[in-house]
Amino acid sequence: MAEIFRRRWIERSSLLHAEDMDLNYPHTGAGETAPRGKENAMSITRHSLAALLLAGSVAGAAAQDIKIGVASEATSVDPHFHNVGQNNALRRHIFQSLVGADENQKPVPQLATSWRTIDDTTWEFKLRPGVKFSNGKDFTVRDFVYSVCRIPLVENSPSNFTIATKGIEGITSPDPSTIVIKTATPYPLLPIEMSVFGIVSADAFGAAPEVTFAKSGCTGVGTPPKSADFNDPAKAIGTGPYKLKEYTRGTQLVIERNDAYWGEKPHWRTVTFRPITSAGPRVAALLAGDVDLIENPPIQDFDRIKGAGFDVVQGLSNRIIYVHLDQFAAPDWKTPGVKGTDKNPFLDKRVREAFSKAINRDAIVERIMGGVAVSAGQLLPVPLFGSSPDMKPDRFDPEGARKLLAEAGYPNGFDLVLGSPNDRYINDEKVAQAVAQMLTRIGIRTTVDSMTASTFFSRRNRYEFSAYLAGWGADTGEMSNSIVALVATQNFAPGFGNTNRGRYSNKKVDELTAKALQTIDDRAREALLREASKEAMTDYGIIPLHFEVSPWAYKKGLVYTPRVDQYTLAFEVKAK
Amino acid sequence: MLAYFIRRVAQALLTVAVMATIVFTAIYAVGNPVDILANPNADAKEMAEIAARLGLDRPLHEQFALFVWNALQGDLGRSFVFNEPALKLIVQRMPATLELAFVALVFSIVIGIPLGVWAGLKPDSFAGRTIMSGSILGFSLPNFWIGLMLILLFAVELRLLPSGGRGPTTSLFGLPVTFLTWEGLRHLLLPAFTLALYKAALVVRLARAGTREVVLQDYVRFARAKGVSPRRIVLVHVLKNIMIPVVTVLGLELGSMIAFAVVTETVFAYPGMGKLLIDSIGRLDRPVIVAYLMLVVVIFVVINLVVDLIYAALDPRVRLTESEA
Repeated sequence: MAEIFRRRWIERSSLLHAEDMDLNYPHTGAGETAPRGKENAMSITRHSLAALLLAGSVAGAAAQDIKIGVASEATSVDPHFHNVGQNNALRRHIFQSLVGADENQKPVPQLATSWRTIDDTTWEFKLRPGVKFSNGKDFTVRDFVYSVCRIPLVENSPSNFTIATKGIEGITSPDPSTIVIKTATPYPLLPIEMSVFGIVSADAFGAAPEVTFAKSGCTGVGTPPKSADFNDPAKAIGTGPYKLKEYTRGTQLVIERNDAYWGEKPHWRTVTFRPITSAGPRVAALLAGDVDLIENPPIQDFDRIKGAGFDVVQGLSNRIIYVHLDQFAAPDWKTPGVKGTDKNPFLDKRVREAFSKAINRDAIVERIMGGVAVSAGQLLPVPLFGSSPDMKPDRFDPEGARKLLAEAGYPNGFDLVLGSPNDRYINDEKVAQAVAQMLTRIGIRTTVDSMTASTFFSRRNRYEFSAYLAGWGADTGEMSNSIVALVATQNFAPGFGNTNRGRYSNKKVDELTAKALQTIDDRAREALLREASKEAMTDYGIIPLHFEVSPWAYKKGLVYTPRVDQYTLAFEVKAK
Repeated sequence: MLAYFIRRVAQALLTVAVMATIVFTAIYAVGNPVDILANPNADAKEMAEIAARLGLDRPLHEQFALFVWNALQGDLGRSFVFNEPALKLIVQRMPATLELAFVALVFSIVIGIPLGVWAGLKPDSFAGRTIMSGSILGFSLPNFWIGLMLILLFAVELRLLPSGGRGPTTSLFGLPVTFLTWEGLRHLLLPAFTLALYKAALVVRLARAGTREVVLQDYVRFARAKGVSPRRIVLVHVLKNIMIPVVTVLGLELGSMIAFAVVTETVFAYPGMGKLLIDSIGRLDRPVIVAYLMLVVVIFVVINLVVDLIYAALDPRVRLTESEA
């Protein structure tokens, strides 16, 4: 009886969807040899065969396939093309790195099982044995060297991964399971850097049998692939739990389970990522059942989502929302956004302290963020590396703030323009408005100048604001990243203070940070970073507001553990 | 005629040139793409390298000269974020938008004309008044709101139709289309209806005004006196005569539906050209924005040029006055 039904189904669907069947034929054939042999004996047409295979996959589809609505689409499958969140999230499914990161961004073994320092400038990584690429080839040291060599060669890259590889002076391999990396100076963050970029297959692109690394230029790389090459499933060869199945830009990206994967098999056989950039339609797609999981549902929709029988999870992110104050001390510099005084008031620590004390962080978290944020007293949330459990958010104290202002010589306050993006962070413009009102209460009459992110960041980088609200996500999940970016004195040679657009400068912070970056021992380094962080915070070099919380929403029956790095990783979505 | 032709073509070229300058400099003023594209951890040296890779380190006039030089050879630049020719990206998205626009066009005719004619034949009836008040809603309700309400009703509550995206494509004369399969049509229904609603309201008004005018004409009266059935009068005599303004207006509106279906495409996460434009603006993907706007400019200029030339060919008065001027 069942057989008859199946046959009918086959005939019907082969009539209706002959076109689709052709498309599905090569994929569904894999790994389902048993029914295929049986049907061959019955000598049915190619279309019906394909239909049967599809029928098989449809039957088991509901439980094994997942559709995910993502807020932004990966721009390329090439793991080295663009160092940007959505691409890095996708890359983790297909291309792995030496070192992985858990949900709290702690480095964990991935393609390397362990690592240690041999001396201050030499790191040794032991490779995981028996790892194969999805094309069946073994993963070797050569693939690692090839990937490091290819990174600076990516054509037209809008932001490449040399950030992670620039510290590498030399790579050697005493035996096939060991990589030894030399650095010019002590480099405690090297294992974290090794988690930043994915490793591609050297064989997939015709590298020479021997690829050697040299700072001045590698040998044996051959013709490095173009980014677009990776959009072809045959070329997107990695060691990850998934491999590329289909990439239709703007519509969907489908990955399927890599059966050669060395680790635990992921639950989902296929994963479809659909880009739905606007938040409202993304929520609607979840509620309508078109997708099973979405990232970044807007806070104001939480009740509705839960009311409709879906789950929402949220986890602290590594992103701090802060206000930076112009503290550039050059004699001919006139701060652009302050009126009512000739001096730059923010050069006075008391004014900065008043600024911080005037802000009612808990009210912002409660009223504007709907409770979905955590007030901040430092740049990184506990328990991330270098955060201090004893550094609490500044207490809300408008009276004390007014007094401090008067002491600093501004009893009547002054006028201020606060710059802010209006589409980059959660409720960014509203938070800026709230801060402005709170400041106005203590006499700093503040107006908000908000704009779209693309304009905002360009203006900020041209120092057009005396005070601006922005956010920083610590990619590495540890404190040196935040300090170096936000409060270290601007010095572009070693890459300090790139995002310190308030141009805060404190010798003690710089010294402690520089020392930490040369300290291999984790505990000693953490102590130094805590001290540097404390120094910057008690000097009010930057005003932390809150840590963002990143939410996910999904249908009942799924579980996702929130990640500090905000990535949506399908292989970590479990079924209950 | 030849002088007129040359003058019109020269004017068209001038328009394109002026628009190219405006578009390019305006986009240039919006912001620096490197600030958006670079990883936040990138230092100044890396930022400079990115600028150099993307050709953004050169002064504006050099970038513009390069753009013009390449554009004359048919190359409108490469997308920063996709690393593919901007024109190719747009052309890839074009079938989706064209399909949406044409289905919307069909909808607006199918909905608008019967209702408009009905309202024109019975202007004082309850139905006639309801249709007219309804068309005001069609005009005034914002597009994105209608889209969201339709999603809530048909996708979330009733679960009849998908909430967005584009259905599976099949190939028709080499173009990927979706309207040939039921699944594809289901995806098209809501966005096309959303896009069509405003145009349908427009058609209702045009059809009603036309009908009211035409039914008073002598030929309709004679037909009626002759004993022609009311059905034939409406379907043949009235309908044919009211179509002229409707077709003219819809022809114009089709252009804007293709070029600016942005809002509808965003609400329905529909992978058309408008969605590409919006995403590119958010990412400051200059080559795509410029290429898109240039393409739209060229399309409109060409349409207008053709219309003008046809007009001149049809009406001798036009070319006479033009050549005197």
